[in-house]
Amino acid sequence: MIKVTDLHKSFGKVEVLKGIDAEIKEKEVVCVIGPSGSGKSTFLRCINLLEEITAGDIVIDGESLTDPKIDINKLRSQVGMVFQHFNLFPHMTVLKNVTLGPLKVKDLSNEEAEKLSLDLLGKVGLSDKAHVYPGSLSGGQKQRVAIARALAMSPKVMLFDEPTSALDPELVGDVLEAMKDLAKEGMTMVVVTHEMGFAREMGDRVLFMDEGVVMEEGPPENIFDNPQHPRTQEFLSKIL
Amino acid sequence: MIENLTEIFTSPHYRNTLPFIVRGLQLTLIVTFTGVFFGFILGSIFGLARLSKSKIIYGIATVYIELVRGTPILVQALFLYFAVSDFFGINFDALTAGIIAIAINAGAYIAEIVRGGVESIDKGQMEAGRSIGLSSTQTMRYIIWPQAFKRMIPPLGNQFIISLKDTSIFAVISLGEVTYLMRQYVSTSGDPFIPYIMLCFAYLIITVPAMIILRRIERRLDV
Repeated sequence: MIKVTDLHKSFGKVEVLKGIDAEIKEKEVVCVIGPSGSGKSTFLRCINLLEEITAGDIVIDGESLTDPKIDINKLRSQVGMVFQHFNLFPHMTVLKNVTLGPLKVKDLSNEEAEKLSLDLLGKVGLSDKAHVYPGSLSGGQKQRVAIARALAMSPKVMLFDEPTSALDPELVGDVLEAMKDLAKEGMTMVVVTHEMGFAREMGDRVLFMDEGVVMEEGPPENIFDNPQHPRTQEFLSKIL
Repeated sequence: MIENLTEIFTSPHYRNTLPFIVRGLQLTLIVTFTGVFFGFILGSIFGLARLSKSKIIYGIATVYIELVRGTPILVQALFLYFAVSDFFGINFDALTAGIIAIAINAGAYIAEIVRGGVESIDKGQMEAGRSIGLSSTQTMRYIIWPQAFKRMIPPLGNQFIISLKDTSIFAVISLGEVTYLMRQYVSTSGDPFIPYIMLCFAYLIITVPAMIILRRIERRLDV
């Protein structure tokens, strides 16, 4: 579904990604772990072109992101993204946050968009919050709205950029629950996370990134219980 | 001196200047509102141009803004009304020249307000908009602009008040706004004290309520 070949990304003279190869299959949940500054987020952001690709290629569903003729907006509408800081639209109600994409990008009618959005808000357990503004929500609720907003575009794949890192510990559970439901439904997911519990339980595969490359990858059991690379061992020993 | 003091209470000028103030203020307000309205359009265009990645667009906007901000509005009005009309053979009337001068002048300051307002919106908002498939124009229109506009309201209100006061310099191009009319009144009556006090009040009667309203809006918007 997603194939990444020799992906390089530089910011000015600083090379953040130094040649990443990865493949994400349909319905697979891939968790990306690694120390901060390892390029995990940048890698994720390249997948929906929030960062321009310096060299290499990413192919999603047969479409190359480096093809100059690519319709970026169409591509992005098929790749859902959930941000660390939620990035909800504060001037719109929760419902409007979710309906905006379906209305303006998918050209759904008002009724269709609202029905879809209310369904999705129900799914993340926030039906009763449809008509309030994001400002009055807790972090966990905000993040679940953000998940509903991304799902409203019926994406082929969902990208999560440290979705629980900005949350109070007691709010992390609800968001992880929503993500687990999504994974069980067969959503293809790439999750940059520090939640090792989630990676172990839900991940089909774990990528350990450090210094701009994928140092080690494999099923969670292998990575967590029997890491091969010394950097992986060192990282895991620090956090587990 | 004593004569002057009693004059303060008995002066006929209070009453006599009133029709001039009413007539002059009307024109002052027309020039201000129309000028600031077009200034807002100019300012929005050039403010967004200042955020453009294109060096040419950015450059044009910067030149406009710095030219206007670097010269006095009096000189701009003289230039427009006398120099431009002479050179290009276009004859503006004073009203048109005044409106254009306010629009161009306020436009430059508003451009900076717009740029600041848009820049103050978190980058994550643009990214979130783009990530659901909105184009950059759509994201600007539905997400960035409404939030930025809210933050622009207080400085826009200030600019309105500044522009209102700026219209007084159009007396030099014989635009019959309130300052011009009052100067004429003084030159015929020969008595400056009370008429100019009345002129001050003429401005204050607009600017003070405007400032109060502005402060209320500011508090309501919580910016």
